[in-house]
Amino acid sequence: MKVLAIDTSNQPMSVALVEDEQLMATTTLNMVRNHSIFLMPTIDKLFQLVQWQAADIDRVVVAQGPGSYTGVRIAVTTAKVLADTENLPLVGISSLAVLARNVVPTSDDLIVPFFDARRGNVFAGAYQWDQGQLVNKIADQHVAMNDLLGQLANVDHQVLLVGHLTDRIKKKMTGNLPNNVHLMPRPFGIPSTYQLALAGEYAEPTNDIDDFVPHYLRITEAEANWQKLHPGETKGSYVREV
Amino acid sequence: MSARTLILAFETSCDETSVAVVENGTKILSNIVATQIESHQRFGGVVPEVASRHHIEWITRCTDQALTEAKVTYHDIAAVAVTYGPGLVGSLLIGVTAAKTIAWAHHLPLVPVNHMTGHLYAARYVGEFMYPQMALLVSGGHTELVYMPQEHQFEIIGETRDDAAGEAYDKIGRVLGVNYPAGKTIDEWAAQGHDTFKFPRAMEKEANYDFSFSGLKSAFINTVHNADQRGEKLNKYDLAASFQQSVVDVLAEKTMRALDRYPVKQLILAGGVAANHGLRSRLDHDMHKYHPDVNMLQAPLKLCGDNAAMIGAAGYMCYQQGDRAGMDLNAEPGLMYDRMQN
Repeated sequence: MKVLAIDTSNQPMSVALVEDEQLMATTTLNMVRNHSIFLMPTIDKLFQLVQWQAADIDRVVVAQGPGSYTGVRIAVTTAKVLADTENLPLVGISSLAVLARNVVPTSDDLIVPFFDARRGNVFAGAYQWDQGQLVNKIADQHVAMNDLLGQLANVDHQVLLVGHLTDRIKKKMTGNLPNNVHLMPRPFGIPSTYQLALAGEYAEPTNDIDDFVPHYLRITEAEANWQKLHPGETKGSYVREV
Repeated sequence: MSARTLILAFETSCDETSVAVVENGTKILSNIVATQIESHQRFGGVVPEVASRHHIEWITRCTDQALTEAKVTYHDIAAVAVTYGPGLVGSLLIGVTAAKTIAWAHHLPLVPVNHMTGHLYAARYVGEFMYPQMALLVSGGHTELVYMPQEHQFEIIGETRDDAAGEAYDKIGRVLGVNYPAGKTIDEWAAQGHDTFKFPRAMEKEANYDFSFSGLKSAFINTVHNADQRGEKLNKYDLAASFQQSVVDVLAEKTMRALDRYPVKQLILAGGVAANHGLRSRLDHDMHKYHPDVNMLQAPLKLCGDNAAMIGAAGYMCYQQGDRAGMDLNAEPGLMYDRMQN
């Protein structure tokens, strides 16, 4: 099976081409740049290197969020449009789960990947390896870093934090990391689309590509404010064809 | 086989997700438009993050439907055209990303289109273009006079220095309790009232082709607020008529003056505000009176708002002219024509 895997959820941008679980080619950029400029040229270059055509691939796997809203949308738009136009299965995997997979499956430590979500908040989830399977233990959520650390201090496992502890988050932290919580070194915080491809290879594809959208984990501020003023008035769809 | 050139066009610069298939730049085979107006009406105007989220929900539906309705497949398509600016960056990115992906997957040329050129080419569905040409482009984000000495050459000779005309409509609409987009309702009310308030005509007599609508907007808002404080209720039809008269006076007079200075064969009226009946009939009248030898094309009412058919018409011209973008094409929210020194 030929898999294209894409992740642009945060500052790193990564693309991998994987065939029968073997990595054929991958590129990861980690510059503060617009993913829109680099994603398609990177995909194009990798396809040329391995001499694949778009029509050759068997499925598209994409990191579906959470993360930077605009960032996630670049990869998700590319993946869903490609899957739609080439009639390919499309798989979405949590962007946090991609990071969790950087930790080797040799212990039952709780793996907690996180992304800076600004204002002292993070997107985070908790995962654990169980007989070679990565299992989600706490759903991906948008949470204050201090609240997350408070929760993790009470867990009766060692906790491995995976992500980049930015100065912005550190400044908002009221204490040090709890004794059972350990920050993994920086390389663990860079997503691997090889891992993403492997995770997506056996996952169930979406049954409706049109409905496939990022997992933002947050409604927009404008909608949150509106809902407060108009409880129970939210409709299913606000968009219509004219 | 017929020598038809089909353009698959994408437009997502603001709050409409639109995909069209256009033949030879002059025939619409399909023009799917998914509008988000109802969503943004909750907030009284377009919220960029909400707009981006809607675009990604609709992009593949619109694409598939455009092809189905046009009864074509990707094999029939000659090129993919896409609006890459100006507009909201998050919105533009969905169309740009989708267009790049499709162009790449199907080995099709990618043609970048300026949204304002798109508006201009909505008029191409009415008749042939003649050069030199002048265009009055008026929308929610832009108000400009563009001079085209020949095809594919655009020079701004005048533009708004503050609010766009459509923006002014939305802002005074809010004062009158009319939700965004307010243009249509204000236009209807204006037809039932009279210019009794004599609002200022900004920069009408200045020796340039620039516009300003913020003074008019302030005068309008002050008038309404002062009346409110006196407990007086002003006639909304007369308010609308007075506001519209001021806008139309300035747009029409500056356009007539631009035509005096730059002799052209044709005037184009396009953009969202080109759907305004007051503006359309005023230009009909003024052109007949002052420039009877200049041909005028007004964008069809149905194609004044944002849509991909206009991008397909412009994209066909740009394609013929050899415009191509690489896979590194990015959204350019502030994309502008060059300004001519005058």
